[in-house]
Amino acid sequence: MRVREYPDFFIYRDEKRCTNCKLCIKECSYGVHFYDKKTKRVLSDESKCVGCKRCEVMCPTHALSIQKNPSSFRENALWTETYIKNIYKQAETGGVLLTGMGNPLPYPIYWDKMLLDACQVTNPSIDPLREPMEIRTFLGRKPDALEVEKKAGKNILKTHLPPQIMIDYPVLFAAMSYGALNLNVHRALAKAAEELNILYNTGEGGLHPELYKYGKHTIVQCASGRFGVHPKYLKAGVAIEIKIGQGAKPGIGGHLPGEKVDKEISKTRMIPVGTDALSPAPHHDIYSIEDLKQLIYALKEATEYQKLVFVKIAAVHNVAAIASGIVRAGADAIVIDGFRGGTGAAPTMVRDYVGIPIELAIAVVDDRLRKEGIRNQVSIIASGGIRCSADVVKAIALGADAVYIGTAALIALGCTLCQHCYTGKCPWGIATNDQKLRKRINPEKGSQRLINLVKAWGHEIKEMLGAMGINALESLRGNRERLRGIGLNEKELSILGIKHAGE
Amino acid sequence: MCGLTGFLHKKRKEISGDLIATSITNMRERGNGLGGGFAAYGIYPEYSDFYALHIMYEDNLSKAETETILKENLYIAYQEIIPQRQTPFISTPPILKRYFVKPKSALSPDDEIVKEVMNINLHVKGAFVFSSGKNMGVFKGVGFAEDLANFFRIDEYKGYIWIAHTRFPTNTPGWWGGAHPFALLDWAIVHNGEISSYGINKRYLEMFGYHCCLLTDTEVVAYLLDLLIRRHRLPIEIACKVLAPPFWDEIERMSEDEKKLYKSLRIVYGSALLNGPFAILFSFKDGLVGLNDRIKLRPLVCAETKDMAFMASEECAIRAICDKDAKIYVPRAGEPVIVRLEGGTD
Repeated sequence: MRVREYPDFFIYRDEKRCTNCKLCIKECSYGVHFYDKKTKRVLSDESKCVGCKRCEVMCPTHALSIQKNPSSFRENALWTETYIKNIYKQAETGGVLLTGMGNPLPYPIYWDKMLLDACQVTNPSIDPLREPMEIRTFLGRKPDALEVEKKAGKNILKTHLPPQIMIDYPVLFAAMSYGALNLNVHRALAKAAEELNILYNTGEGGLHPELYKYGKHTIVQCASGRFGVHPKYLKAGVAIEIKIGQGAKPGIGGHLPGEKVDKEISKTRMIPVGTDALSPAPHHDIYSIEDLKQLIYALKEATEYQKLVFVKIAAVHNVAAIASGIVRAGADAIVIDGFRGGTGAAPTMVRDYVGIPIELAIAVVDDRLRKEGIRNQVSIIASGGIRCSADVVKAIALGADAVYIGTAALIALGCTLCQHCYTGKCPWGIATNDQKLRKRINPEKGSQRLINLVKAWGHEIKEMLGAMGINALESLRGNRERLRGIGLNEKELSILGIKHAGE
Repeated sequence: MCGLTGFLHKKRKEISGDLIATSITNMRERGNGLGGGFAAYGIYPEYSDFYALHIMYEDNLSKAETETILKENLYIAYQEIIPQRQTPFISTPPILKRYFVKPKSALSPDDEIVKEVMNINLHVKGAFVFSSGKNMGVFKGVGFAEDLANFFRIDEYKGYIWIAHTRFPTNTPGWWGGAHPFALLDWAIVHNGEISSYGINKRYLEMFGYHCCLLTDTEVVAYLLDLLIRRHRLPIEIACKVLAPPFWDEIERMSEDEKKLYKSLRIVYGSALLNGPFAILFSFKDGLVGLNDRIKLRPLVCAETKDMAFMASEECAIRAICDKDAKIYVPRAGEPVIVRLEGGTD
């Protein structure tokens, strides 16, 4: 007995426009389109379509249109199409539902319930085209105070500052491993980070030898699988990120299917070709906060206290207390990844139902660290669902020092959020190591698109700052007076620490 | 819009309040009658070892409650109603009293006083300590500055440093506690402008135990000065560079030592940067400082004679009280003008 597959998408092919050129067959990595010799026509099998829209965009005569399948089940508020289809799938396979990218469900999006302030009359707005507008940011531990001594009429700084990383935009590229992404995408990210004077993150898959030259703009990740971690790697970047968790799958380790592990990836990850790269859920040397402290200091010792150590956690219910512990354990930056954060592969149940929104997490972490008087000892990097420069501004006003973008960076490279990264067949050449598919990303052009995106956001951030009458980003950081809630209840306002619009 | 003026006599010659009243009256245009005030140094020589607490009360209840707290923690040498003159232009003033006090505990008396001030302002409804320095005092309220000068009998005080303010409130309500100067210990500050970074300045100060409760952005400046200069012991000019730091491209052009210093200041004290338009005057027992925001969005002019220094929002306020031939100049954006008494300490 086999339940029929109900396609998610409907492929409309305009017969008048289609020239049977077969390009769609070549472009689709899921084998949707095929040539029917009998009728001498290109036909499509909709049941295989993931809705990536590659064929639609590439079709030279615009003959294709991918639409949501208009065919539907009998309406049922409880048993929606998604649940029905998922049960069919699991009844068929007995497996865990897998998915990619971030949580798509209609939970509240707090970004869209916060509005920004601007100046009128009493303080002049500042025009970033005519006046300096500073968005430079420093990541790292800051002392409570500086000691300045006067010697022979000159002021001399007596305090030695711990290492700081200077970035020109408060936007970094999030951890996405080599393996989940191919080398061309990593090349594009690294090059763009260098050009923008920001940072990209290796993710947990090690660092390809070719990319060591971008070290000044690299964060190397050390995750529970320790793939590709060796002394040279740890010293390769400017910071080491200990990945405890990620927003898309809090409490779950990484998973790179063996099919994606080719010769080069096996070398970089230091595992045999074709084996699954499974990161354990916890680090097996971290079973509590004191163990984390030991790892932080082990990494600092190994790198002679020259590198910053970041700790990345998923935003979960108790995030504020956990963050406080991480600061006290010696981390230089804490990365909080909200439940909208993306992934190359995650169990659907975990992605969709575990974790909390990043907006609330930033607010409670910043508050908690201030109450304890330790906010200056750490930088906060927020990630998971940052879609535009206004989201960046809101994240910083809530208390973040900078943000990570992952999904947004991939969209800049062509990703259409079809959520099938885990198949390794990404038709856009992003989440795939397929020899042919990966050529679809040109590192040069890709990096230019990433540079364009971040520069455009930079301009917009400056415009918004100028409108607020602020000419340095540090005056926005944690400045919740410049935010107002819209349509939020008292509890939400109090957690976010903002007033309602009109107040 | 607001108006500021201030002067200092470098040899500590005590000058009657008439002079400051004349100066501030000349800028009536810059106020709207919703606030004005004065601060003077050297006015309480007979109690110069005591902290002079000026407190306003909305009612007798808050007064009784506050006085219980004061008696508990402080030794009170003398107390009285602040002398006033009847004037038709000042209506419904609060109860205004002054107390000359010393903390009972001998450890760090300054910190004890700050704690008392914060405690009363935060927890006693209807009571506000608006002046808490030694041998200095703040007089302020709702009204035009010249009417308040008359009301507080400013002409009867003699001081070697004076600052004054006339207010045109925009963001925050015009009420007696919200008038300038704002003061904490010996610091007194008058401010023209709007602090767009208030939200973070306030949260930064909270980390160090300061609580902003006077409903106005200027309050943060007083507390920042106390934090930077008294507690972190930064030289005054460096504290000014924290409030109005040089731009990064200026820092890039500095010598290596200076670059290191200014870069570190911005990295560590970013949350103390005062962003938005401002001109401020702040005074302390040994001097007077004028400072503009880093793109000079508010006016500030200065003049110096052999014995005196003047700073004001407008030239007319200085011309009215200063020698005709005194050279008046305009300080650059973010460049502090610091004048110290002769023989004073930093």
